[in-house]
Amino acid sequence: MEIQQIQDVASQVRRDILRMVANVNSGHPGGSLGCADFLSVLYFEIMKHNPSHFTMDGKEEDLFFLSNGHISPVWYSVLARSGYFPTAELGTFRVLSSRLQGHPATDKKLPGIRMASGSLGQGLSCAIGAAQVKKLNQDPQLVFTLHGDGELQEGQIWEAAMYASANKVDNLIATIDYNGRQIDGDLDEVLSLGNLAQKWQAFGWEVLEMDGHHVPEIIQTLNQAKKMTGNGKPIVIIMKTEMGKGVDFMMGSHKWHGVAPNPEQLANALGQLKETLGDY
Amino acid sequence: MKEVEVLGNKDTRSGFGEGLLEVGRKNPDVVALCADLTGSLKMDAFVKEFPDRFFQTGIAEANMIGMAAGMTIGGKIPYTGTFAIFSTGRVYDQIRQSIAYSKKNVKICASHAGLTLGEDGATHQVLEDIGMMKMLPNMTVIVPADFNQTKQATIAIADIDSPVYLRFGRPVMPIFVKPDAEFIIGKADTIFEGTDVTIIACGHMVWKSIEAAQELEKQGISAEVINMHTIKPLDKNAILKSIAKTRCVVTAEEHMKNGGLGESVAQVIVENDLVPQEFVAVNDTFGESGNPMELMTKYGIDTQNVVDAALKVIARKK
Repeated sequence: MEIQQIQDVASQVRRDILRMVANVNSGHPGGSLGCADFLSVLYFEIMKHNPSHFTMDGKEEDLFFLSNGHISPVWYSVLARSGYFPTAELGTFRVLSSRLQGHPATDKKLPGIRMASGSLGQGLSCAIGAAQVKKLNQDPQLVFTLHGDGELQEGQIWEAAMYASANKVDNLIATIDYNGRQIDGDLDEVLSLGNLAQKWQAFGWEVLEMDGHHVPEIIQTLNQAKKMTGNGKPIVIIMKTEMGKGVDFMMGSHKWHGVAPNPEQLANALGQLKETLGDY
Repeated sequence: MKEVEVLGNKDTRSGFGEGLLEVGRKNPDVVALCADLTGSLKMDAFVKEFPDRFFQTGIAEANMIGMAAGMTIGGKIPYTGTFAIFSTGRVYDQIRQSIAYSKKNVKICASHAGLTLGEDGATHQVLEDIGMMKMLPNMTVIVPADFNQTKQATIAIADIDSPVYLRFGRPVMPIFVKPDAEFIIGKADTIFEGTDVTIIACGHMVWKSIEAAQELEKQGISAEVINMHTIKPLDKNAILKSIAKTRCVVTAEEHMKNGGLGESVAQVIVENDLVPQEFVAVNDTFGESGNPMELMTKYGIDTQNVVDAALKVIARKK
């Protein structure tokens, strides 16, 4: 896909996110907007996957686990725009009886979702399990994950990190959404992660870094990561992003982590984002 | 005479070990994970025969549970093994989100449950696990009575596509379930038929209830003993059929009174056919270090407690 086309997808995804959360006056726009470029690249350019015939087992497909489940709006939008389910269904986000639960869930069988998430820190372990089974099944495809930076404060992440390198889980590419913010404020004020790259290196991972809003760089880094698989080490990408990216009054503040825009703010925000693929 | 044939003496955890090996041979999708307790869980034979299907996670139970959930994606049937205390409370949120809510086909196999873990003391003696697990939607909860039944249950749970909590223990206890008995999840076994009182038990307390029924018989009381190996889904029909006859019930379990088998039975009785019930269970207290059988006596879950409860509940009948 051309760079411009992916950027168009990401612009539409950002519009979807804002309209979804504004519609129910709840949800998490900040982190969702920040990961729109990454997930658009992943689903439209990098992963081998089959949106029209979703299977839970995903054999011979690349798998994706969203560990920071609260950014469900961006995932739902990218899944719908990829063809997993009708885009009109995005309008049911967080509404009673919807398949689009506040946090991703499998019990209502929304295509594209293989594991519930929301309680933080669990997705890396799940992804490692799935990656180990790919090896058992001699399935050459890869497993991708996305994590929040604040999520790395959960101890289970580091249990999983230790396991993956000790057991050479080298068909796994984890990405950290490093926006430096969490609910209570700046990550460095709440609980600093210290030298994050060195931490992952010390845990035995290959570490890459990228700008999460530069589409060519995301493509190049993910392709580089794919080339590094199969060499005995798991791979992590530390992705620098801006919470609220694309909407000037939301950017760079933790205040939009879990707050929806009001109608006026929504109109202002949508005015900053091109409608490229048609609103749902 | 109320008699059972005692076929030997073994620990239920060894039944798990043998069952795991057998189900591993029978079903190539079965994989196993353990958090540094393969010896205690008797998983060594599986590890030796299927090294590629065994995953040692180290002392990291949360990661083990998450990995097990992920391993169902791609069609595997993961069996996790650690002590009951670390299989439940320590990882409750992981089980809740990644296994129960996500409806993943993981078998959580929990050894050293209850007081009979013994000398290690209250830090390790979980008495709340049945309650924690039965409260989770989608979770099946099984507490087999002896070595043979634990082996049979370990094999049987591979055949249902559902999360399962399988609870067993450490002490050597009499074996009385026949080696070729069929284990049906959710269907209770009636060990003795009786007319005066129904005793419903699970796990090690089934043997204690057998002893109690024999003692009651000497006093001229006919006790029906039901081995309720599946706490969830509970065999309601077995309970209602029995109490229609006996009009009173004793429940017996190596677990906290709050949240245990007795509470599940009480719910059935209250909703359907109100009869008096007495509970033989640990009553809102932690355990302590000691010999397993001495602990059962001190904490009120021994044979004599079942006898006393039966006499009391019979006296309460109108």
